[in-house]
Amino acid sequence: MSTTTIEVKAALNGGLNAEVRETPLSSAQIINYDHRQTVGKITVSNPKITCRNVDVYYGEKQAIKQVSLDIGANEVIAFIGPSGCGKSTFLRCLNRMNDTIAACRVLGEIKLDQDDIYDKSIDVVQLRARVGMVFQKPNPFPKSIYENVAYGPRIHGMVNSKAEMDELVQDSLERAGLLKEVESRMDEPGTSLSGGQQQRLCIARAIAVNPEVILMDEPCSALDPIATAKIEELIDELRENYTIVIVTHSMQQAARVSQRTAYFHLGNLIEIGETDQIFTNPRHKLTEDYITGRFG
Amino acid sequence: MPISHDAHTVKQFDVQLANLRNLVLEMGGLVEDQIHNAINALNNEDVSAAREVIARDQIINGMQVKTDEDSVSLVALRQPLGSDLRLIMSLSKIVTDLERIGDEAEKIARMTVKTYDAVSSPPSAKLLRDVTPMAKQAIDMLHGCLDALARLDVEKAVEVARGDDELDQEFQSALRRLITYMMEDPRTIGHAINVLFIIKALERIGDHAKNIAEYLIYLVKGKDVRHIRVEDLAQDALEEE
Repeated sequence: MSTTTIEVKAALNGGLNAEVRETPLSSAQIINYDHRQTVGKITVSNPKITCRNVDVYYGEKQAIKQVSLDIGANEVIAFIGPSGCGKSTFLRCLNRMNDTIAACRVLGEIKLDQDDIYDKSIDVVQLRARVGMVFQKPNPFPKSIYENVAYGPRIHGMVNSKAEMDELVQDSLERAGLLKEVESRMDEPGTSLSGGQQQRLCIARAIAVNPEVILMDEPCSALDPIATAKIEELIDELRENYTIVIVTHSMQQAARVSQRTAYFHLGNLIEIGETDQIFTNPRHKLTEDYITGRFG
Repeated sequence: MPISHDAHTVKQFDVQLANLRNLVLEMGGLVEDQIHNAINALNNEDVSAAREVIARDQIINGMQVKTDEDSVSLVALRQPLGSDLRLIMSLSKIVTDLERIGDEAEKIARMTVKTYDAVSSPPSAKLLRDVTPMAKQAIDMLHGCLDALARLDVEKAVEVARGDDELDQEFQSALRRLITYMMEDPRTIGHAINVLFIIKALERIGDHAKNIAEYLIYLVKGKDVRHIRVEDLAQDALEEE
């Protein structure tokens, strides 16, 4: 009885054949039911981050399954996929944000340049300075606009004088495309800004500590189209100096801002490729079904 | 990834895509009729039938405009991606070629009117001897590519694309024969030029049918096979993913 397997051809029709058993599976069985090959080229010639065979578990539940991919220097890569596919979980592995979740375990290898970021010798605070993050909802500190940007450089001891700090704050706000709008009101609270401005303030805060990589988790989902366009334009400019990984639910946004796109489904990396190819001629049926709106 | 036959989550999108495709297929049927009628009018020396062909071209033009309007609104409202995007782009290009084929049918009809509505004596049968076999080939190609479109049949599309070289060669031979007649008897020049326009129109129909076949291969396979040798086209189109 316990060995009887019923193959369930999921409604997805694309070959995700989970085995459903009549008796509960041991955790080892659950996690091994599906190891798939990613369609497309996972490597790039100039990787900034290399991820190999990454597994993520929340307790017994496996959220990411054997994901391997490179993130190229100075590229914008978009992670797309339906809710719960693991794209945000995977993003959060890249600067160890998942460390804050007690039940979360990350296996496999993630290297930033040549450094294994899960190595014991790695200082997580330093890592997060190198790999900054911008969240879905703008979350400025309850401090002044100036202090929001100055806070990071100060705790990292990056500047020696007030003049240096002023310059760094100005420069960061300038690069985030916000300086003109806020230079006359630097002492006002960050929360007094509009949603789009707050998000750009968060980007200024992220780049103030001179990161190498910026992770963005749905940075525009709470913004109107004009604020969204400004952020997207900003992403394009930031690409010159930073590597950007963006998780987005908007396929149009992924298409607009990224050079490569990775499609996640149920914790698997299904397909990765040039953005143009993914959106005009995806090679995996699951990708095709997702981008054309055939799920459900 | 080949085109998906699964339904969209938004059912209305399926309906709109099906309507667009049906409109193009309907237009294709009408264009096919136009060529048949134009060739029949020519063979039967039927000037009034030829005039009907000329008048009906307006309907085809209208369908082209309608298809393009519908395509633009689908792109604007649905932001299609993947095979949906390729479908809409291909259909929008296919109708351009269908409309041009319609124009070629109209051209043949105009030549028929010009040839048989005049006071001068009709052309001798030998001047027209290449028209019927070339017309058959052109019509077969058009029928083939519309058939392929209806079934999303890549093999059929490849067959159509292969047929174009043959039709081009037919045109070259027919042209040489016409030149010979004209040199032998300059009095035939007037009629011969009309016939030349007719066979040129048929040759162009073959080109448009080949274009349609290429768009279809792009639609189904996502590969752009324009401007390459037909053997490379066949290889690209038929190779497994």
